[in-house]
Amino acid sequence: MTIETKKDRDFIKTADEAVDMYDAKKEELIPILMKVNQDLGYIPKPVMEHISSRLSVPQSHLYSVASFYHMFFTKQTGRHVIKFCESAPCHVAGGREVFDALKEELGILPGETSEDGKWTLVTTSCLGVCAVGPVMMVDEDIYGNLTPEQIPDILAKYE
Amino acid sequence: MKTKRSMVLVSNDAKSQDKGSAKVFDQFSKELAAFNLSEEISLSMVSDIDREDIAPFVIVYPEAVIYGPVKPEDVHHLVEEHLYKGRVATELIAPTKQLTGPIAWIADRKGTLPAEQRIVLERAGIIDPDSIEEYVIHDGYIALGKVLTEMSPQEVISEIKESNLRGRGGAGFPTGTKWGFVASAKGDKKYVICNADESEPGTFKDRLILEGDPHSIIESMVIAAYAVGANEGYIYVRGEYSLAQTRLINAINQAKELGFLGENIFGTDFCFDLHIHAGAGAYICGEETALIESIEGKRGEPRSRPPYPTTNGLWDKPTLVNNVETLANVAPIIRNGAQWFKSYGSASSSGTKVYTILGNVNVTGLIEVPMGITLREVISIYGKGMKNGAKLKLAQTGGSSGSIIPADLQDVPMDYDSFANAGVAMGSGALLLCSEETCVVDLAKVLMNFFRFESCGKCNPCRIGNQRAFQILTKISEGLGNPKDLTDLEDISKWLYEMSNCGLGQTAGSPLKDIISHFKDEVEAHINNKDCPAGVCAMSGKMPALK
Repeated sequence: MTIETKKDRDFIKTADEAVDMYDAKKEELIPILMKVNQDLGYIPKPVMEHISSRLSVPQSHLYSVASFYHMFFTKQTGRHVIKFCESAPCHVAGGREVFDALKEELGILPGETSEDGKWTLVTTSCLGVCAVGPVMMVDEDIYGNLTPEQIPDILAKYE
Repeated sequence: MKTKRSMVLVSNDAKSQDKGSAKVFDQFSKELAAFNLSEEISLSMVSDIDREDIAPFVIVYPEAVIYGPVKPEDVHHLVEEHLYKGRVATELIAPTKQLTGPIAWIADRKGTLPAEQRIVLERAGIIDPDSIEEYVIHDGYIALGKVLTEMSPQEVISEIKESNLRGRGGAGFPTGTKWGFVASAKGDKKYVICNADESEPGTFKDRLILEGDPHSIIESMVIAAYAVGANEGYIYVRGEYSLAQTRLINAINQAKELGFLGENIFGTDFCFDLHIHAGAGAYICGEETALIESIEGKRGEPRSRPPYPTTNGLWDKPTLVNNVETLANVAPIIRNGAQWFKSYGSASSSGTKVYTILGNVNVTGLIEVPMGITLREVISIYGKGMKNGAKLKLAQTGGSSGSIIPADLQDVPMDYDSFANAGVAMGSGALLLCSEETCVVDLAKVLMNFFRFESCGKCNPCRIGNQRAFQILTKISEGLGNPKDLTDLEDISKWLYEMSNCGLGQTAGSPLKDIISHFKDEVEAHINNKDCPAGVCAMSGKMPALK
């Protein structure tokens, strides 16, 4: 038996809200996970356990779905998530140099979170704004026509 | 805001200003007021459409008639004829531009003109996408009314078959035939799904349609549902397209309120309910059976086929899955007839195609042109040439799962049959144009990295093959290749094609096949001479750790 902390109670509340929003329907699992991911930034284990019992879906199934889709995070992310487009149109337009500059500035590799908990860097497939490649997203903000020189200025905008 | 029925644009480039465009503009302003049309018609300036020869000129939308050169004294006549009486003032229409220079030969080309022709993007950018009223004013829901009150489901399917419309998602399957399969499938419950999980790299045509004209998709989906006998539908939108989702939700609510969706549409017995399902980031969900799995709340892993979704789709019921661009053609075809649609495009491929122009060209962006235009035309007319006068080395058509084609194929008309004959995939309409500075090994590496990242992992050839191909290409790009790598890559490409379960795996090997068949010398230079001719690959002699 584990001791329930306030954080756990908040998690359960968020999970309940998401499940109720979709009438606890099994087939709405993806929108439910999306809601949790939006609210918490990731899908913590206690939330998965709770949703599993609410929907009567095995935890293994929940985890297999949560880990399948790129927009879901199963580990805690940094305060800001940077998604860098790695697809060919951005690459050809100079994306490689920009990505190198970004990795150097952040000091982390794709899939990692910085030690201070500020940044998580992930690569992403096409974001659908290819006409202005290279492109990256910081949280919900899209930056296009990137050059390596712009990277420090863009990162400086975030607390 | 009051809806404007027409838009008048007066040219305002330097040449036009010289020749008195300001006076023409003022005169329009006065004449529109005199005819009491200022409320209904918007008047604004336009610059630089590269028609100095007819400056100053005037464009009138929605007809897109270009008048020029226009003198202030012509304006009264133009307003009276075109905008007041609604007749095009033919005597003032501008002459067609005489093309000069390296693209002059296009003028002699038989068939369609190299001008943009908008069918699916007709209203995008013209109407307020959040206003159903504006959609209705621009001929919206007319096709649906016609279908529900005048046509039988069979007649609708025949019209679509007759139009020769083919799927715009990439595979090019005849749309009417697919509708026929679902209509004749047994079952009391059927579904219609719009595949808006556009994730092919370099493609954003569907996003523009969804964001610019969401009602056109709803209208066409109801028509499709009536034709195949479905009462429920889903639009599966990419998770990343949040604006498109918001606009679709708003459009669905508006359509329900006005009786274009829901119970007893147009006062008939026909009912259709439509839901939005947002994706959560998975390229593979663009594959129709993976998409269906995802709607059911599962991992987006493609099913084994047959049975096909047309008989065993969502919740095992007969299901029609069509791409956004395909559906966007449906209402215009019903409104104007199959013959009208066939008047655009080439013999094998009717209608238009939306392309996204990307890479090392001067102007990137999106165009809708008749089927059968060539790459050379796209580059010179819309891309305004290669950047810094560079030479085209290769084009990657149709996104990652498309083809890499060398510059000498740039005169092949882009339509289904011509491309198929040349061994090129039509794909999604992405055109990535690469200059001599692009290295084919590096490009293939990026593409294989994409596939190993996006493979769902269900079947071995795809899960292992893409990873292995990426490793080999990385090795070659670091100067560690050996001659056997070439045959290994060829084998992987062949096995991916022959043994993968779904379209993703089957096409994932195309970049390997393409670079070996078109650019073998360059790949061999990497392997044998440890040299990257384009100077892109690191050639460090060290193999990096791969994740």
